[in-house]
Amino acid sequence: MDAQALALSLKLAVGTAVFLLPLAIVVGRVLAWRRFAGKPAVEALLALPLVLPPTVLGFYLLVTFAPTSTFGALYQKLFGTTLAFSFEGLLVASVIANIPFAVQPVQRGFESIATEVREAAWLCGMSGWRAFWRVELPLAWPGLLTAFVLTFAHTLGEFGVVLMVGGNIPGETRTAAIAIYDRAQALDDHAAGVMAATLLALSFAAIGVVYWLDRARRHRG
Amino acid sequence: MARLGSAVLVLAALFAPPASADVARVAAASDLSFALEEIAAAFARETGHETRLTFGSSGNLARQIREGAPFDLFLSADEWYVALLEKAGRTDGAGTPYAIGRIVVFAPAGSPVGVDAELAGVRSALAAGRLKRLAIANPDHAPYGRAAREALEHAGAWALARPRLALGENVSQAAQFALTGSVDAAIIAYSLVLTPAFRDKGTHALLPEHMHAPLRQRMVLLKGAGTAARELYVFIGSAKARPVLERYGFGIPAR
Repeated sequence: MDAQALALSLKLAVGTAVFLLPLAIVVGRVLAWRRFAGKPAVEALLALPLVLPPTVLGFYLLVTFAPTSTFGALYQKLFGTTLAFSFEGLLVASVIANIPFAVQPVQRGFESIATEVREAAWLCGMSGWRAFWRVELPLAWPGLLTAFVLTFAHTLGEFGVVLMVGGNIPGETRTAAIAIYDRAQALDDHAAGVMAATLLALSFAAIGVVYWLDRARRHRG
Repeated sequence: MARLGSAVLVLAALFAPPASADVARVAAASDLSFALEEIAAAFARETGHETRLTFGSSGNLARQIREGAPFDLFLSADEWYVALLEKAGRTDGAGTPYAIGRIVVFAPAGSPVGVDAELAGVRSALAAGRLKRLAIANPDHAPYGRAAREALEHAGAWALARPRLALGENVSQAAQFALTGSVDAAIIAYSLVLTPAFRDKGTHALLPEHMHAPLRQRMVLLKGAGTAARELYVFIGSAKARPVLERYGFGIPAR
């Protein structure tokens, strides 16, 4: 059992979810209530990671991270290192790959708030900020929690992108999914089996929470 | 009903195995990426047989073959995996050596690491902290990764290098890491550095054979191999394939 790899996966999963959730709240809220030109294009763009092979993202990231690219050169100048083969690089990749898993549930959460409720808050003289904290967030919370858990679970299962930009560095980029692949290639079925079972249990628990939340929401609504 | 019937027919045609044209299905170590493509083209010109090539780390491929992957011929980057498959009863015979692999240390253009046959430049760059990332293939299942580790051990640089390694899933991926310039140096297959993709991309030094256990590359026919694969097996071991292998930096084993 590669505890280090598992810990790294959990760190990446929590990190991705923590980074992405505030972003998803801003974007999801706008998408839920505003109408603007080009909205379908924006929604399509944000949904892209759902359908793109992870290798597409991995390829573009690898090229972008390289110090020969404009971005890579700038990053190296600022931080003296490259994003490729680093935890930070994985975090960037993971945040991008998980955008739809965070934005869509948040958007559904805000969409489920009736217009009358928002109008009532407004008529009570609540400021926009106050209404957001006191009315919108409490009502949209199942969507937010679903977004958090889905992002967490999906990051645990990330493999293709990590394989392409990670470099399999223990404690830095060797996630549990990579470690399983690694052990299986090394014909070490025992280690691969133990970790696979652990990841299976974790993922089941996480996705179970999502369905439980969904039921809770529908019973209430 | 007739419509359903024709839909089923179309589907069946889509998923049916191709009519039994004799194709050699080859699983090959990724250091052969370019050399084997040339050899397969020459083989097709001479015999008319088509070849289907799959490249990967020898360990990965051996694993798939052991679990029943449909290949006719396996070209490993070492002998060990061939022996493993023979023991598992998946091979037709014990196979034959076809090439001896060599490794190089490569530094992409602009890298602060000097390359030399003793790995002195790598060692001093590691000690000085100038070498931040060194790419090699994964020593756990890629023979070229194992050779790279042995060479680093021989140069007394393994302990320094370990925390700096970026591991490629196979030697081709390690080479690709080096090509993008995201690592400061790489220890990879000589055969890959000699391909067009590497032209003008950096400098390399061939590491002497005594620095690592020889990469005696062995190929073996797998159970159920057809005529095309059997002919290709002979072709790769013949004088016709030798110049290509030599051009890509492989040694030719004595028979």
